[in-house]
Amino acid sequence: MNDYYNLEALTSVIHAALCGVMPEWVALTIECVIVGVIIILLYAVLAVIMIYMERKVCAAFQCRIGPNRVGGKGGLLQVPADVLKILIKEIFTPAHVDKFLYSLAPYLVILASVFTFSCLPWNNGGLILHMNIGIFFVLAASSIGVLGILLAGWSSDSKYTLMGAMRSGAMIISYELSIGISVLTMVVMAGTMDIHELVMGQADGWNIFKGHIPAILAFIIYLIAGNAEANRGPFDLAEAEQELTAGYHTEYSGMHFGFFYLAEYMNLFITAGIATTIFLGGWMPLHVPGLDGFNAVMDYIPGIVWFLGKTFLVIFLLMWIRWTYPRLRIDQILTLEWKYLMPSALVVLVLMTFCTLMGWTF
Amino acid sequence: MEVKKMAPIRSMKYEEFKNNDYLEGLVRQLNDEGAGVILTTVDRLINWGRSNSVWGLLLGTSCCAIEFMALGAARYDMARFGFEVTRNSPRQADVLVVMGTITYRTAPVMKRLYDQMAEPKYVVAVGGCTISGGPFIKSYNVVNGIDQIIPVDVYIPGCPPRPEAFYYGLMQLQRKMKVERFLGGVNGKDLQHEPNGKKEKGGDE
Amino acid sequence: MKRDEIIKTIEGAELCPGNAGVVKVPLSQFRKVAEGLRYDKESPMDFLREVVGVDWGEEGLGAVYFMESTVTGETAALKVVSDDRETALLPTVSDLWKTALIKEREAYDFLGIRFTGHPDMRRLFLREDWIGWPLRKDYDMKSNPLRLDNEINADITREYRLRKDGTLEGIDHPIFGENDFVVNMGPQHPSTHGALRMRIGLDGEVITKVDPILGYIHRGIEKMNESLTYPQTLGMTDRLDYLSAHQSRHALCMCIEKAAGIEVTERVKYIRTIMDELQRIDSHLLFYSCLVLDMGAMTPFFYGFREREMILDIFEETTGGRLIQHYNLIGGVQDDIHPTFCQKVKEFIAHLRKVIPDYHRIFTGNVIADTRLKGVGMLSKEDAISLGCTGGTGRASGWANDVRKRHPYGLYDKIDFKQITYDGCDSFSRYMVRMDEIMESCRIIEQLIDNIPEGEYRVKTKPIIKLPEGIWTSAVETSRGEFGVMIESHGDKTPYRMHFRSTGLPLVQAMDTMCRGWKFADLIAIGASADFVIPDIDR
Repeated sequence: MNDYYNLEALTSVIHAALCGVMPEWVALTIECVIVGVIIILLYAVLAVIMIYMERKVCAAFQCRIGPNRVGGKGGLLQVPADVLKILIKEIFTPAHVDKFLYSLAPYLVILASVFTFSCLPWNNGGLILHMNIGIFFVLAASSIGVLGILLAGWSSDSKYTLMGAMRSGAMIISYELSIGISVLTMVVMAGTMDIHELVMGQADGWNIFKGHIPAILAFIIYLIAGNAEANRGPFDLAEAEQELTAGYHTEYSGMHFGFFYLAEYMNLFITAGIATTIFLGGWMPLHVPGLDGFNAVMDYIPGIVWFLGKTFLVIFLLMWIRWTYPRLRIDQILTLEWKYLMPSALVVLVLMTFCTLMGWTF
Repeated sequence: MEVKKMAPIRSMKYEEFKNNDYLEGLVRQLNDEGAGVILTTVDRLINWGRSNSVWGLLLGTSCCAIEFMALGAARYDMARFGFEVTRNSPRQADVLVVMGTITYRTAPVMKRLYDQMAEPKYVVAVGGCTISGGPFIKSYNVVNGIDQIIPVDVYIPGCPPRPEAFYYGLMQLQRKMKVERFLGGVNGKDLQHEPNGKKEKGGDE
Repeated sequence: MKRDEIIKTIEGAELCPGNAGVVKVPLSQFRKVAEGLRYDKESPMDFLREVVGVDWGEEGLGAVYFMESTVTGETAALKVVSDDRETALLPTVSDLWKTALIKEREAYDFLGIRFTGHPDMRRLFLREDWIGWPLRKDYDMKSNPLRLDNEINADITREYRLRKDGTLEGIDHPIFGENDFVVNMGPQHPSTHGALRMRIGLDGEVITKVDPILGYIHRGIEKMNESLTYPQTLGMTDRLDYLSAHQSRHALCMCIEKAAGIEVTERVKYIRTIMDELQRIDSHLLFYSCLVLDMGAMTPFFYGFREREMILDIFEETTGGRLIQHYNLIGGVQDDIHPTFCQKVKEFIAHLRKVIPDYHRIFTGNVIADTRLKGVGMLSKEDAISLGCTGGTGRASGWANDVRKRHPYGLYDKIDFKQITYDGCDSFSRYMVRMDEIMESCRIIEQLIDNIPEGEYRVKTKPIIKLPEGIWTSAVETSRGEFGVMIESHGDKTPYRMHFRSTGLPLVQAMDTMCRGWKFADLIAIGASADFVIPDIDR
């Protein structure tokens, strides 16, 4: 068991020190603010890294170089330049929109994404929102996003945005079922909804190994549905450029558009992060029962490295899919979900329940 | 603090660009109006961001658009320069790239697209047809130069221009963006430009 | 021969000079003759190649109809004139050939000829509030200044009918149904391949009607050509269908050469044929790139462009241009081929043969691509012929319409090549036709590249070229169908009327037939698979 990098020691020391000089409620407030700032910073930095990664990865797939001139070799500052530009771009409200809903929508989308983001287990003791129904909260919070998308499409008063919103509404709500069921499959196996305990339970082997066949099937279903949930190709028809110009956010400019753009990338990160947490052990290093020496070496690698490493691996996988496949059509997407994906997710759930009951999991 | 006359572009010498006098004119104007120390530093940062993140809105009507596709493809790969993203929604784009002949039927559409864009916005006129009407100047249905309708920042001549010319033109646009003031409009363009007639001199004419 | 039959049986019919064999029939007899030709027992003229409106000045306004039988390959051409310039009326033939629906609108737009019985007499290329008829000889070029007010498009169309007493009656038809959700697509839209605009009636996501609005790149080339000398007119053809620059120019050069009696050398024929085929590969590679891009797969787009750049390099070495080359001239080509041309072409073809299987591996076998393309966007053979959808789109519906086989030009009668046809009638067949044609073009080039004979690359022509009086035509197979040139000469150094048969116009018209009942997303895929280039449609 890896305790070298446990953050809990650090956080409790800080908490104790703060409580020593001020009343506890002030200390708590200050801590909340600090944690909030950290979340937002991390969110922004990771989004920048993700966008840069996406550009480089797709360039590699497409026999190109990708950004390489802005900010030294490799174009490292390309995305910061984009962010800076978009920050100072005019935010502008068209004449016929429903002003309140129009301004609310991007914040809903980003809010849902930040909520979900804060539930990720970064490290041992690095879980920010710790509650015993963590997974449930993640699923609930992520559903707020679709509300933002629907509002954006509706309030913009444009036919294109409306179609984009309808499409993504239909799609995301459908695919949430598959996600829910595949997550439930793993909850059945692990016997807890607490994210911390879920990760701790994988100390003797990641869930995907412990749950063998049903877990692998659930993982595949989760990846497909998660890809759809993140609105990414081949399921990106909500903002299908070639059909709907920019989909539900056609009428947004400046940072409001930036929020949609960020949230899109961060949803990919969150999808991958939750996959990591549930199936690939979260921050838990790779442990092979019986090989104590190997396990000890693995423990020397910090949990956050494990978490980010696994997450980015899943992200790479999803990007690979994105840049290879053509886009599906709306009816095909819904057919895939309702006729194939969800029934198979249910079958996997039953299979997993059966396996767990019989004690056939490791 | 004075604004330096250099508007540097990586791996291109200042002297290698033409129309430097136009740029120097802009710099002189900036200095005359007084460029403060803090403002200049902030401006420089903002201009760095803007000039390195040029998102295009493409209005490609004919041949030039195909050369623009070649620009995006692997050999010329415009992603290297920060022109990677092209947005199809005018709200999200920074530069309107007009490629190809603009006819009388398209002209109001183009005007509307320009009006729909969020500030700061720039216009690049690509190809002979867009700049002056090109070979179709005598036609009954062709606009003889889009600068009659909207202000143009950079003209890229050619029929169609080679991808290298596209780069040159877009770099000139970057240089123009680099000597701007965040407060006080985009080179005072709105003041200078009078629709129908007066030609604003672009970087590469 | 139909021509002689008509002249013999119809009173007042006469043969016009020129190679087109145009027969002038009196207005009163026209409809009867057209019906007779369309429903002829032995060789029904089921393919209406073109309707060309012409202003004959004193003689009146009228049109020339070119038709062909897909059964026997026999051709016929009719000329009909209405001597009333004020209210020029011709009977419609749109009930005989569907393609006339859009071609007659073109004639109406340019010349103000109203076709009685045509259900949709709207302007086609010009603004709906345009004043005057630009292709009339007495048109005032300054009568329509640039206007920046937004154009309001009509929601009803007008049909003109002749009452029994000879007066004109107008009937209005709505374009869309009452419950249609009308979405506007274009002219600035990422996947309309240029400035095409379509109004799409939707029921949910299902398409109920596609109404193309053209003319956003109408440059008035045909009118301009009337004041240009023959060598000058060549410059315009490259800019029509810029992905068939060589081929379109080839057609115009051939037409002028035929009329002026200029014989080109064997070497020129070889060079032109090779260039045409290279251009075809270039265009089809771009087709592949755009189709996959429109369907949301980004990566294959770059593969197509990677190989396309190699062709452009070859073009550039010989012609000096990448996209627009200005290579064919009257009597030959502008320059001799580059010394390394043959070697580079051979290397390129060897390379292409290696990479095309990769194209298929990443896209053709893909399960998503299959479900998006197979069985989608059906265009039956009858519709393809009636709508005049030539090129790969027609061949995918089982109509063998390749001009290279029907009316061989260049060296196509001497080489061995297959005409690719598919019977699927769907988007997938249209895609496969192009992909197979790439390989076929490679075969054609391979047969020619080693045998280019020595000789002049350009024969001397007179400094001022004048064509003898008459109507002259020629046709080539461009990358996307039959491109035709019609020149009416009155013996001057400038053409009296020069008309180009657009390859894309019938395809855009066919979008309505192909898309109805399919989803909005399919429209993009169908449009990409039909493969049109907008400047060629609008001219």
